[in-house]
Amino acid sequence: MLTGAAFLSQGAAVSGLMRADEDLNLGVNGFLKYEIQGQTVYLTTTHISILIIMAMILVFAIIANRAIKKADPTKEPGTFMNIVELLVESIDKLTVSNMGAKYGPRFSNYIGALFMFIFCSNISGILGLRPPTADYSVTLALALMTFVIIHFNGFKHQKLKHVTDLFHPLLLTPINIIGEFAVPVSMSLRLFGNIMSGTVMMTLVYGLIPRVLTLVWPSVLHAYFDLFSGAIQSYVFCMLTMVFTKNAIAEED
Amino acid sequence: MGNITDQGLILACSAIGAGLAMIAGIGPGVGQGIAAGQGAAAVGRNPGAKGDIMSTMLLGQAVAETTGLYGLVIALLLLFANPLLGKL
Repeated sequence: MLTGAAFLSQGAAVSGLMRADEDLNLGVNGFLKYEIQGQTVYLTTTHISILIIMAMILVFAIIANRAIKKADPTKEPGTFMNIVELLVESIDKLTVSNMGAKYGPRFSNYIGALFMFIFCSNISGILGLRPPTADYSVTLALALMTFVIIHFNGFKHQKLKHVTDLFHPLLLTPINIIGEFAVPVSMSLRLFGNIMSGTVMMTLVYGLIPRVLTLVWPSVLHAYFDLFSGAIQSYVFCMLTMVFTKNAIAEED
Repeated sequence: MGNITDQGLILACSAIGAGLAMIAGIGPGVGQGIAAGQGAAAVGRNPGAKGDIMSTMLLGQAVAETTGLYGLVIALLLLFANPLLGKL
């Protein structure tokens, strides 16, 4: 799919320096090919990255569960327990401050899971994986989940008013409808664009510089593109999910 | 100068188009700068609300970034998944 980077690295390879990565690869690679109902499907790098990240989160969850069960309320919590408590408490605080005391705790599970998955996906570039969120199908799936949650809660709490609100100023009906469908598109493209731009830039930098320098210079870029940008984008995705769901519930408390 | 093939012409024009699409980066740059400036002013007026100001500013900046990212997606499409090459 992506040949531009290979083209770029060919020009730079004339100098004869040993390149960090001979043929750069930005795209999603397919490994296992199989057919389902006449359609050819691949097991791609995205699937493998997601499986590794899922295993990481599962191991973390199991260890945290063990630690919580063994925890003694009369003693001070250990280091690991402190980290887990900090994580849970900050997610609870975030949801309650954004969605109110009534609906906040109900959504903290979903928001926490979403945040952990997106954050781990975004920073997985550090581990040498291709971030799954740099694949549009992953971000679109996440955004569609948010879309379903928004409208499920809209219908649950506002009943038919959720639909009639679309026609409220009758002249603006088309804009309202487009606005509703723009939510998943913009959310998925925002996450995808941020992580994909980081991936593209990292790959180009790795292709441009000699292998010796890869120890120093890309680490700065990794810190920015993977850690900073990844953390901000996962925060923003969760934040927007909460804000839109809160708007759909449309209840003051 | 050799003859330019049809494919070469499309590739060259796509590269120029990708560069032009990234002009979209100007808008979010200005917007994020204004947001950061206003955030700094807000912290100056009310240092106690630094946390709230920070999170609001980051959220606003990330939303303002969207238009720039649309340009980026167009540029990436033109460079790596060119739809125009199939039209030959």
